[in-house]
Amino acid sequence: MRSIPTIALYTLLEALRNRLVWLLVATVLAGVGVAGLLGEIAITESGPIQAALLGAFYRFAAVFILAAFVVTSMVREFNDKVLELSLSLPIPRSAYLLGKFAGFAALAALAGLVFGLGLLPYASLPQAGLWTLSLVCELWLVAAFALLCVLTFSQAMPSLAATAGFYLLARSIYALQLISHGGPAEDTLFRRFTGAALDAIAALLPRLNEFGNSAWLAYPEASWQQLAPIAGQTLVYLLLLGAAALFDFQRKNL
Amino acid sequence: MTERRLRDVPKPILLLLALGLGLQLAWHSRLPPPNPRPEALPQPPSLAALQLASLGEPVALAKLLMLRLQAFDTQAGVSLPFRRLDYGAVESWLSAILRLDPQGQYPLLAAARLYAEVNDEPKQRRMLGFIHREFLLDPNRRWPWLAHAALLAKHRLHDLPLARTYAEAIRLHATGPEVPHWANQMEIFILEDMNELESVRILLGGLLQSGKLSDPHEIRFLSERLDEMAKKESRPPNPRQTD
Repeated sequence: MRSIPTIALYTLLEALRNRLVWLLVATVLAGVGVAGLLGEIAITESGPIQAALLGAFYRFAAVFILAAFVVTSMVREFNDKVLELSLSLPIPRSAYLLGKFAGFAALAALAGLVFGLGLLPYASLPQAGLWTLSLVCELWLVAAFALLCVLTFSQAMPSLAATAGFYLLARSIYALQLISHGGPAEDTLFRRFTGAALDAIAALLPRLNEFGNSAWLAYPEASWQQLAPIAGQTLVYLLLLGAAALFDFQRKNL
Repeated sequence: MTERRLRDVPKPILLLLALGLGLQLAWHSRLPPPNPRPEALPQPPSLAALQLASLGEPVALAKLLMLRLQAFDTQAGVSLPFRRLDYGAVESWLSAILRLDPQGQYPLLAAARLYAEVNDEPKQRRMLGFIHREFLLDPNRRWPWLAHAALLAKHRLHDLPLARTYAEAIRLHATGPEVPHWANQMEIFILEDMNELESVRILLGGLLQSGKLSDPHEIRFLSERLDEMAKKESRPPNPRQTD
């Protein structure tokens, strides 16, 4: 288990040597530019508008950058046979996986911090801090899912597509459930079947729409108590994804 | 990774690159210039569709949609006066944006200060009615816009009964501690303009006796108005001039 920190450190170093921090900073600056432009257009509430739109932009950018890095990094390890080399050493498979995840999680925390700092001119410190912690939890879930996908598919495109699908579905499943259960439409068998199917899918997904809402940045209403269910969901789902990834990895014939 | 020198690139490839760039520039120069044609404001998608499209960020989507709606009168190369917009669509968009972001003030500010100030009475009344309906959903936060609507009804539409309706709604529903007294007192001054002196006297007296007022200057001012009302009511009518 002493190999876990070493693997995590080398994963993080790989990200830093790939100039990922520069990419994050460039994204922050691009966001600031766009927010400045939108703030000039607004005739009122320019602060909340900038904060809300910037928060949404940073969130999606962070998820994309992290997922892309996790998938491409692991695919490169497969192609360069680094994975086989690592497993030929006396390192348990679980230690290798946990080490990789720890490295990606550290990168997620770094990305969350960079984007949270980018929000400070537009939101108060407590608001930005709450949003940053929530974003980090969201990024951990995305990193874990991307790692699971790349271990399953071993290819970049299907892994990225599956991760994107998971993320979009997890963010919109609540709205889909509202649509299927509400509205004046007739209560047909198909509608009931669709509703039940969506409920079943929702039970297997984290409700990411509750993570780091832009409303926390636009209006000073968020409280630290709102982090508790987010942290709980993150722990539960990381356990599920970790178990699934370990299960899949242990069964691979490498 | 080091790169080779430029002269190591075969000349046909350089010529191909120059040809491609030249063709693109020539093609673009033959395209007709942009022809701005104003497009009509469409109806918004359903609230469910907007919530789905927001991907869990309804507030951010609401802010973006509000900026787009506000900028709709200034499309690329064309400027549309507000009165040419379909106010049914404008109202639907403002309503949808408020459903996505109930705490936002921007839609009601736009309704009160932009769309209700056009020189078109039916459209003005439509916007004022929209503001009134939305006010009733969150009176303690949205009273400023209904106060503005009351002023528009009084001074632009010259419709004192409508102004009184809005001012009365503020008095009855905007009862939070953040609502300033002058907003709750608007109805009194509108009633005075309508010459409904007895109603003014009843409201003023009730307000002074309610104990809600704490500023001594305000209490003295309103007490003096009450005395003036009493004098006006007791004044005999002007005698008719006879030849």
